[in-house]
Amino acid sequence: MNKQENVAVERIRNGISTENPVFIMMLGMCPALAVTTSVTNAVGMGLSTTAVLVVSNLVISLVRKIIPDEVRLPAFIVIVASFVTVVQLIMQAYFVELNASLGVYIPLIVVNCIILGRAEAYASKNPPFASFMDGVGMGLGFTIGLILLSAFRELFGAGTLAGIQIMPSFYPPIDVLVKAPGAFLVLGLIIMVMNAFHIKTRANEITEGCDGCPGCGVPGSDPACAGKEDKKA
Amino acid sequence: MSLFMIIISAAFIHNVVLSQFLGICSFLGVSNKIKTSASLGGAVIFVITIASAVAYMLYTFILHPLNLDYLQTIVFILVIAALVQIVEMFLKKTSPALYTALGIYLPLITTNCAVLGVALNNVTDGYNFIESVFSGFGTAVGYTIAIVLLAGIREKIADNDIPEPIKGGPLVLFCAALMGIAFFGFSSLG
Repeated sequence: MNKQENVAVERIRNGISTENPVFIMMLGMCPALAVTTSVTNAVGMGLSTTAVLVVSNLVISLVRKIIPDEVRLPAFIVIVASFVTVVQLIMQAYFVELNASLGVYIPLIVVNCIILGRAEAYASKNPPFASFMDGVGMGLGFTIGLILLSAFRELFGAGTLAGIQIMPSFYPPIDVLVKAPGAFLVLGLIIMVMNAFHIKTRANEITEGCDGCPGCGVPGSDPACAGKEDKKA
Repeated sequence: MSLFMIIISAAFIHNVVLSQFLGICSFLGVSNKIKTSASLGGAVIFVITIASAVAYMLYTFILHPLNLDYLQTIVFILVIAALVQIVEMFLKKTSPALYTALGIYLPLITTNCAVLGVALNNVTDGYNFIESVFSGFGTAVGYTIAIVLLAGIREKIADNDIPEPIKGGPLVLFCAALMGIAFFGFSSLG
């Protein structure tokens, strides 16, 4: 039992700090940039993604020995898409307002690189409990990343946090931060600060290749990555 | 809405990368040379246009009449994955020249969320067949414009003396932010 606890703690720490999907691994950039206009949206998106990640990791780990190797990616996609549909229906039924503001990004959880990436890199090779905890850790890491990004954008861009006025009334909101370009700007600033403190992030590698895409997680599966390997070799 | 306005709106006003944040992965990853990003753009135009048409027909003639609307996410992603494979095989057989130009980018497109995003948006917006195809085409053209412009900027500034912490990721993100601000100018068109 002690060993299991260790695995759990290690997986959660890994997801939140060592391999934080947003700041270190640079995965799932589309939702991270698109829905971080307010803390409420970020929490909604983070928790929906966590739910899908945890359940799909668990199920993929349970069936990992049954799925033939050649069709594993399509099989993973079907499993993930089913749970995304479940989350989508729950959102439509119980969180109407949040669902409306997250819009198309809820069904797009299917193509979130984090989920297929974890399925391929972790859940398909590890036992169910560890995969489950890996999902929890990665999901929390993603949620925390989204909350940080959105808190910065909402606080300085609108003067509020989760809709509550924080900044004094004489503070002029920097409108552009909650508009689309602000997302690129804030993420760029965060990575710049991390670079300045020599925290290793994959952002600088990613701009030279496309390691972030799950297609590249599998060696030889993606010719676009093969070119990069050649260059390195 | 006229077809012309649909294209302009999809390509500029609601640019898929700069205002909707779809396809960020390849936008940041495959934008260091104009030539490669233009080829990727070509492949994306090809796939998104076909995918919009196929997704529209599947939704209108199969999913909607059978009350299976809730299956659209699963069906669309599988159809897109299969479609990319078919397009790849078809190009290899019929047009080897086009295949060599676009071929290596095709597998990358399955995971490009812009393809699924357009298919889902067409359903939400209630476009008819022609409108869906045009909106898909316009979106993909917008993607190509954005990625080629970014590649152009990156080629120009590649050899400049850039402060160490900004090199790489942050610089690309700052360029994208400035492009996003420039594209704001189009919003008054709508």
